Amino acid sequence: MSQKYDAIIVGGGHNGLVCAAYLAKAGRKVLVLEKRHVLGGAACSEEVYPGFTFSVCSYVVSLLRPQIIRDLKLAQFGLHVLPLESTFSPYPDGRSLMRSADPAATRREIAAFSPRDADVYPLFGKAMGQLARFAKPIIDERAPDPSSYRPRELMQLLKMGKQFRDLGDDLGLLQYKLTTMSAVDFLAEWFETDELIAPMSCSGIIGTMLGVKSPGTAYVLLHHYMGEIDGASRSWGFARGGTGAISMAIARSAEHFGAEIRTNAGVSQIKVKGGEAKGVVLEDGSEIDARIVISGAEPRLTFLGLVGESELPNDFVTQLKRYKLRGSSGKVNLALDRFPDFKSRPGIGMHVRGDISIAPNTDYLERAYDDAKYGDFSKKPFMNIVFPSVLDPDMAPDGKHVMSIFVQYAPYHLKEGPSHWPEKREAFGDAVIDTLAEYCPTLKDSILHRQVLTPWDLEQEFGLTEGNIFHGELSLEQLLFQRPASGWAQYKTPIRKLWLCGSGAHPGGGVMGAPGQLAAREILMGGAC
Amino acid sequence: MQTTPFYPRTSALCTSFAWKEWAGYAAVCHYTPHSEAEVFAVRSTAGLLDVSPLFKYDVRGPDAGAFLARIWTRDISTIGVGRVVYSAMCDEQGWLLDDGTIARLGPDHYRCTSSEPWFSWFLKHSRGFDVEITETTDEICGLALQGPRSRAILKGITEFDMDRMRFFRVRKTLVGGVPAWVQRTGYTGDLGYEIFCENEHALALYDAIMAAGEPHGLVPMGLDALDVARIEAGFVLQGVDYITAKDCLIDGLKSTPDDAGLGWTVDLEREPFIGSAAIRAERERGPAWDLVGLEIDWEALDELYNAAGIPPHLAPEACRLSVPVYDAQGQQVGQATSTTWSPTCKRYLALAQVRRPHHRIGTELRIEHTPLFERQTLPATVVEKPFFDPPRKRETPGAAKPQTPAPEVQS
Repeated sequence: MSQKYDAIIVGGGHNGLVCAAYLAKAGRKVLVLEKRHVLGGAACSEEVYPGFTFSVCSYVVSLLRPQIIRDLKLAQFGLHVLPLESTFSPYPDGRSLMRSADPAATRREIAAFSPRDADVYPLFGKAMGQLARFAKPIIDERAPDPSSYRPRELMQLLKMGKQFRDLGDDLGLLQYKLTTMSAVDFLAEWFETDELIAPMSCSGIIGTMLGVKSPGTAYVLLHHYMGEIDGASRSWGFARGGTGAISMAIARSAEHFGAEIRTNAGVSQIKVKGGEAKGVVLEDGSEIDARIVISGAEPRLTFLGLVGESELPNDFVTQLKRYKLRGSSGKVNLALDRFPDFKSRPGIGMHVRGDISIAPNTDYLERAYDDAKYGDFSKKPFMNIVFPSVLDPDMAPDGKHVMSIFVQYAPYHLKEGPSHWPEKREAFGDAVIDTLAEYCPTLKDSILHRQVLTPWDLEQEFGLTEGNIFHGELSLEQLLFQRPASGWAQYKTPIRKLWLCGSGAHPGGGVMGAPGQLAAREILMGGAC
Repeated sequence: MQTTPFYPRTSALCTSFAWKEWAGYAAVCHYTPHSEAEVFAVRSTAGLLDVSPLFKYDVRGPDAGAFLARIWTRDISTIGVGRVVYSAMCDEQGWLLDDGTIARLGPDHYRCTSSEPWFSWFLKHSRGFDVEITETTDEICGLALQGPRSRAILKGITEFDMDRMRFFRVRKTLVGGVPAWVQRTGYTGDLGYEIFCENEHALALYDAIMAAGEPHGLVPMGLDALDVARIEAGFVLQGVDYITAKDCLIDGLKSTPDDAGLGWTVDLEREPFIGSAAIRAERERGPAWDLVGLEIDWEALDELYNAAGIPPHLAPEACRLSVPVYDAQGQQVGQATSTTWSPTCKRYLALAQVRRPHHRIGTELRIEHTPLFERQTLPATVVEKPFFDPPRKRETPGAAKPQTPAPEVQS
């Protein structure tokens, strides 16, 4: 029987769109179905308040794979990523620290706290850079299956083993520590300044329900050193037009290659017959068939929500239920009448052209986690702030600004239960603004509009189950051949002709596009469509 | 070295102390320790560059158009008042001397810009023409305001509707209260303007533009960022991508307009001009060279560096060293003259002079690359240029309105 579509992709997030573009480029007839009115999933830009464009959820881009940018000609389709020039950490006592791509300036800044740490900082960067080179092939390849004796799997494992051996003893040990230690303990082996360790350790906890002193949080520090070209010493960027501009560039590319994309087309069910995916049922009741179905949605939502438990093997269901989502963060987006000066460093300088960390010391961060452990949002949360309008004035009317505030911890599992989030939403927003006002005294008076997104909102509006921004925690036991479930980490699923291509698949979340690309590669290689 | 009239402002902003010589003037390479922010600004907000060192000649008189048509490869006599054209200039043998812009400021008044001094050349060839030639290099200063926000910046401080100014037009107006010539031209391949004024107004002009640019993310921009932008735009640079014939000791170093990719500026269907007979003869023989865009294969570069055990590393600025280019058989067929990583296009790009027929789009060549002091080659493909050509460069939001006659330009 001839099908109109070779593949239907559930969800027009950036990974679904990447997968669609690669399949279309290979000549397949592809249909992307997005529930919302805008594309991008959590990587979207919206004019929430007139004249102000918010990167509603995901707000910075890291590790968007360079080969995807090249293959899909994303620059030609409008992608323009601006570098985040610095990482700025203000402290409540009026001091501050800015680290930038200028090594001499960074050295001076750190030396004000510790001359010793100032010297160690570039050495740390060098060691991490070398480890990052070991990690890079891992995110550019599908995860090998360690339980298989197939030549392809063995070859890949052998290659990884060789790369690990090539690191040498010192770096090998460092790699071992990195994968086992907590972010704070790992950093404390290098640095003595708590004011430096605290903001650096935060990258280890983003999106996880762990604290900076929880074991296994160190390895995410590597992300910061995996920047490629353009990224002399940092890999974070901001897309002109907001994060949605990345999704739009991918969508334009996918359409250029012939993919069909529909918005306001939510999928309510993935049709399965005899253990095989046949197509989808839309929320309006209409049905569309295809040779294969690929889900960019989060795995638990895909299987338990769209497929149904009865179609699945029991141990797979058990694994899915154990799969750690437990979102831990929220987002506050502000439309501002004027720029809110930082008490410790007023003005619009390089320090606000990057990301800003509210992480004054490690105890502060651990206390923020303490609140969350027992089901409450942090009274004084960790925050990561970006001013998109400083980098791209098109994001706000002339002279006005948008402020993007990532907030952790906001645990999905409130002690009262997650459904109580709506009644706590504004109190959560107030805690964020009150904390920030200690650093930016004029902030409160400059707010024109406030958008507060709790993990509950992220789940309801964006399909991020339990509000997890990465479609599943990026903890080590949920990575590589374990993502999303052991035995099912190569984009295939227990349902024949149903594939995964989202952040719940290897190598995981963040706007990198790798799951979408690798899924497309596996699908094409196996001749699945 | 001389300083330009903007020096009091540019020197205060130039915290990197990175200056270089440009036509006898001190010019900023990059204002902060890295040029990267300036490269990104010109593609996302705007950059302000001091272009005062450009050589400038005012040509006046009833024969000015006819005279300039004789000097330049394009037919300057046909351009209307308020228009600007880009053109090449050759010697009698058809060898390229320079390229530049010619703006018609009034019925009998033109202004040329060039990279080299041509006063005596102009004088020599003005015999028989009723023209008066004045060098204004040291009397008139200029700023290039380039980038997607440049129009919005000028809107607030210019007395007429910038939305209506079209690509390659010039107009005398007040900018921040200063009498100035605003022309929609530039060397970045983006939306942009070049603004010229008398030296005495320099600082008032600079301050007005910087103040207006503040909410738009305007940054001062140096020559290093310009170099990356102009390669992305596919623009050749005299002295780098070709050498003015007046400085060449041997013909082998000279280029014709066709050799340098400037053949499109040559209009042979008109009164003879300097070099036209030689160019016509060359075209009958078939030109030997062309200037093309090359894209260097990134995967191969990545492998080359991986094999050496280091991450891929490219200089953060454009490279102006000539690098040999080979055909598939290893025979040298030309040289890349300007090479840069393009942060905008995310491609590793070069402008190269190659022997025909290696100039055809899609031709697979190899280019020398030197990681870790060892000479290697990488695959490079001849691709279309400009590499970066955003629609905003040409778009005129107010153009749909009924056109009024070209305004009289007072000079």
